[in-house]
Amino acid sequence: MSAHNKVYIPRDSSSLSMGAEKVAVAFQLALQASDSNDTTIIRNGSRGLYWLEPMVEVDTPEGRVAYGPVKARDVESLIAQGMLEGKQDHPLSLGLTEEIPYLKKQQRLTFARAGIIDPVSLDDYLATDGYTGLKRAIELAPQAIVDEVKESGLRGRGGAAFPTGIKWQTVLGAEASQKYIVCNADEGDSGTFADRLQMEADPFGLIEGMTIAGLAVGATQGYIYLREEYPHAHEILDEAIAIAEQNNYLGDNVLGSGKAFYLEVRLGAKAYICGEETALLESLEGKRGMVRPKPPIPALEGLFGQPTVVNNVLSLSTVAIILAKGADFYKDFGMGRSLGTMPFQLAGNLKYAGLVEMAFGITLKELLYDFGGGSFNGKPLRSVQAGGPLGTYLPESQWDVKMDYEEMAALGAVLGHGGVVAFDDSVDMAEQARFSMEFCVVESCGKCTPCRIGSTRGVEVIDKIRAGEDREDNIELLEELCETMVDGSLCAMGGMTPFPVQSALKHFSEDFS
Amino acid sequence: MSSSLPNATPSKAVAVDAAHLSAITSHIDNNEQKPGPLLPILHDIQNDIGYIPDAAISEISKRLNLSRAEVHGVVSFYHHFSTKPRGRHIVEVCCAESCQALGGRDLQKHAKEKLGLDWYQTSKDGEITLEPVYCLGNCACSPAVRVGKQILGRVDNEDFDELIEELTTVPVTLMEGR
Repeated sequence: MSAHNKVYIPRDSSSLSMGAEKVAVAFQLALQASDSNDTTIIRNGSRGLYWLEPMVEVDTPEGRVAYGPVKARDVESLIAQGMLEGKQDHPLSLGLTEEIPYLKKQQRLTFARAGIIDPVSLDDYLATDGYTGLKRAIELAPQAIVDEVKESGLRGRGGAAFPTGIKWQTVLGAEASQKYIVCNADEGDSGTFADRLQMEADPFGLIEGMTIAGLAVGATQGYIYLREEYPHAHEILDEAIAIAEQNNYLGDNVLGSGKAFYLEVRLGAKAYICGEETALLESLEGKRGMVRPKPPIPALEGLFGQPTVVNNVLSLSTVAIILAKGADFYKDFGMGRSLGTMPFQLAGNLKYAGLVEMAFGITLKELLYDFGGGSFNGKPLRSVQAGGPLGTYLPESQWDVKMDYEEMAALGAVLGHGGVVAFDDSVDMAEQARFSMEFCVVESCGKCTPCRIGSTRGVEVIDKIRAGEDREDNIELLEELCETMVDGSLCAMGGMTPFPVQSALKHFSEDFS
Repeated sequence: MSSSLPNATPSKAVAVDAAHLSAITSHIDNNEQKPGPLLPILHDIQNDIGYIPDAAISEISKRLNLSRAEVHGVVSFYHHFSTKPRGRHIVEVCCAESCQALGGRDLQKHAKEKLGLDWYQTSKDGEITLEPVYCLGNCACSPAVRVGKQILGRVDNEDFDELIEELTTVPVTLMEGR
């Protein structure tokens, strides 16, 4: 059954966006023409080294070797120069994949399988320790599963960083005829793509994590609330869920445990606010994505009024690793109260943009230069937005910050979901500040006044400042408006929209003159 | 082989709501047992018909025991749902920060000029609707554009023009009358 040669060509969105499908077709045609029956094309996920995508790999006795970025027109010369035998003579040769420094320096736990396996091959998943966490969880009492997650120190990777185990404890302790596990896969922050990559490269990891969560708290139904903007993730998740059902990893009797867990993907419909957990629940119920006041917390009154775990994709996927390898293994990584690893996402104007999973504590500067390689276009970097559209802009003087929840908070910055968007020196920070307000105008759910009206006024005031109209007064007005939004909004949308604006005013005031 | 070719698809505007009714009914049938069925129903209708016709709002409100206002409120809340017919291709240009950092604003401007459209407008020949999108998760390959299920990375103005050329070129032998 196993063919002699395996050629790996990624199928995740970003690789496809760089032409991976054309490359796959070119390989298929070339292999057909050569009459060689001993080569199989595997469509893997991506390793997250995106400047090298489409990155094609081949098995060799020494390990997998890589070539990239490959275009369809390179396929002929690659094969002619012995690529199928793993020869490294071609200009696109990258050597052993695992030895590429960008990858070698990382600590891949959540993303251990990304780019290595065929995402919809259950055999591949099982061969890489998949479902060992679930098998262990089946042997444990629900409280013991929750204890393991608490012990690991895992905090919500969606951005709010709430301890996952504590949330689970609340749901476990709640009495109800029906409980739910909801995966927040509405990854709306610009500069973030880790959830997408996880779902497209290792969907069974998420499915396993959700199933463990179900066993832990006594929930039988799970929903993955996926953003509509991720069509490839949708396809891959649906495929993987069907395979898991056929093989009793989901359904009435999960692996003969006598416990049921069902899972379904539900699509969002382009609303950033639905990444906020209560708006997400409203949306799942078929309503407008309006934020609910808390309390009650979703852990007690969540989806359809029932106790509900709402966790991010990465949090749930990481649970599978924690159960497989133990809490002690996981918490050995990281620092202070930020334990484990964080998948940072390097985006925007960086030469080597991609996914970097490292223990908490790496500095922003190391991410930007040691990994990111500086700017994409060779100009000096000037400003970095961390933590998505609601995160602050950091000037160069702050780039020595260690990337963990508390160190970032001490700067008034946020780590959020781990996105890092770099801008070169052509950036107009007043324009960026305006965009933050404008984004809030477009995406506010409209429930509370500071967010709904404040953002519109924010755009207007920034326009006046940029036009040079009563500059001093209007800056003061903008500062006051920001304070009102921070203090008076119901959720993070209005409450954090001012963060990028305030940081732009503080650190890049010259752009407002 | 240029964008001036006549549109091969019949104008959706003339399709009477009634003609959609059986499709709408079957999408409701397929989803109404689900808890919270409204979004799945709307997605199926829009995927099938291209937008959410008025008849759908009436029918859904009857079947799900909601007021028309409630259904309309949901449809209008989400940027994804459209209550009027759109083009054969929906071209979405990412407007978020990562793409801004690599020329996304220029690309937005170019796209609007090239097509002579503002956001959410449809070309006269019914081929293309231009929409903004806030992040496609392709931030390591900015700027990004989406057409249907296809996502494109590192898109410059020339790439965009090529894309539009491809989308508006109808292969003569494969002309389809959908």
